[in-house]
Amino acid sequence: MENLKRTPLYQCYSKYPGAKFIDFGGWELPVNFEAGIIGEHMAVRKVAGMFDVSHMGEIIVEGPDAESYLDYLVTNDVKGMEDYQVIYTLMCYPEGTVVDDLLIYKYNNKKYMLVVNASNVEKDYNWILKNKKGQVSIENISDRIAQIAFQGPKAEEILQKYVNFDLSSIKFFHFKDPVQINGIDCIVSRTGYTGEDGFEIYLTAEQSPRVWDYIYEKTKNDGVLPCGLGCRDTLRFEAKLPLYGHEISDKITPIEAGLKYFVKLDKQNFIGKDVLVNQVQQGVKRSLKGLEMIDKGIPRSEYKVYKDDKEIGFITTGSYSPMLDKNVALAMIDSNLKVGDEVYVEIHGKMKKAIIVKTPFYKNTKKE
Amino acid sequence: MEILKGLKYSKTHEWVKVDEGVAYVGISDFAQESLGDIVYVELPTVDSEVSKGDEVANIESVKAASPIFSPLSGTIVKVNEELEEEAELINHTPYDAYIFAIEMSNPSELDEMMDADAYEEYCETEASH
Repeated sequence: MENLKRTPLYQCYSKYPGAKFIDFGGWELPVNFEAGIIGEHMAVRKVAGMFDVSHMGEIIVEGPDAESYLDYLVTNDVKGMEDYQVIYTLMCYPEGTVVDDLLIYKYNNKKYMLVVNASNVEKDYNWILKNKKGQVSIENISDRIAQIAFQGPKAEEILQKYVNFDLSSIKFFHFKDPVQINGIDCIVSRTGYTGEDGFEIYLTAEQSPRVWDYIYEKTKNDGVLPCGLGCRDTLRFEAKLPLYGHEISDKITPIEAGLKYFVKLDKQNFIGKDVLVNQVQQGVKRSLKGLEMIDKGIPRSEYKVYKDDKEIGFITTGSYSPMLDKNVALAMIDSNLKVGDEVYVEIHGKMKKAIIVKTPFYKNTKKE
Repeated sequence: MEILKGLKYSKTHEWVKVDEGVAYVGISDFAQESLGDIVYVELPTVDSEVSKGDEVANIESVKAASPIFSPLSGTIVKVNEELEEEAELINHTPYDAYIFAIEMSNPSELDEMMDADAYEEYCETEASH
């Protein structure tokens, strides 16, 4: 694969003969390791898995007006955050559609770290600069930072044996900085993109292979697997966590995508507010719903959905669900449809029956 | 990667094994390996007429749907119904898990296919791309 970017952890992959690589938005990243997508998926649901997510972007926003500026830039409540808290939020265009979804890490009301999608780093950075308000400095540090996600119901129990700080003191959607892993300074947050408990670890690119190797060597006998982007997608999909370009995009609003919880309509002002307030008050014509296939076949992204021979929308993500052992999908369709309604998905030119089901498809009951 | 001797191979990674005049078609070990976990196979319809190169079936891995092309012309006389419940057989035993069988209308098409040695060479150039 030519001209693809590689993460600082790429050098570790020679140790994993089963690793298969794909071009993911210009990055050469493992889609799966030896265990395969389903094996890795189940490891994360039952034990824990580790992912290289160094392709994600990190942007530092600092300055006396950082808090009020970010509160205006994104949909969620930045002013209400406590120090060392993390929030999930969206950044919208004035039209209400989505620039990107991101995490915001708050150090204090003058310093924040934004974690954005790899494929959107440049676009986001330019958007953030363009909408700059007041005294703030904005720095894209993506190339200097690596990220390892350690995810699964046993993530805390296993990782705790090999780190000398108390992981249980990091609450859900909070972080600590710095903490040492194998003597190396890291930022550790209790966050993730799998629907399981777990941690995301940020550190410098140069030091990251030492931390990856350390965690892998220590935890492999506990059943922890190295995991690729393939299961990252199936895991986040089962838990109904949106993926930019699928459930949300520059053509879809957070309200349509069922993300109203992360849009604080009572905030004084933020980009996209007028449209989003209007959508909540008037209702939306289409919204994100879950489908389960009755007929055989796997619905995939962009396949069309029909009701009574009328096209009513499209699949945003569809897959075989390893946990349910069923073929399911998320679809952006007519918002009037209810759980139990029958629809049809066009798969390879044939109409295949499906029913509307509740989402998420999977929920870890033990998670906070 | 295993390449079974005595079979014929296509450039789209199907294999053909002729048994009592009927051509059985599956996908190679190379193909199943690059697809990853296979979760569903959309089989062709028995008695349908197909031409060489037609898209006749679909193999769905977790990640994507991949079309299967008929390497030969003729009539589909049998499909491997076992795959409807156990699509992963293709991952486990790619050379036993045939997908469909064809009664050939033009058996000379077999001569245009690769033998095991030629196919091995072909896979090496594919893998290096």
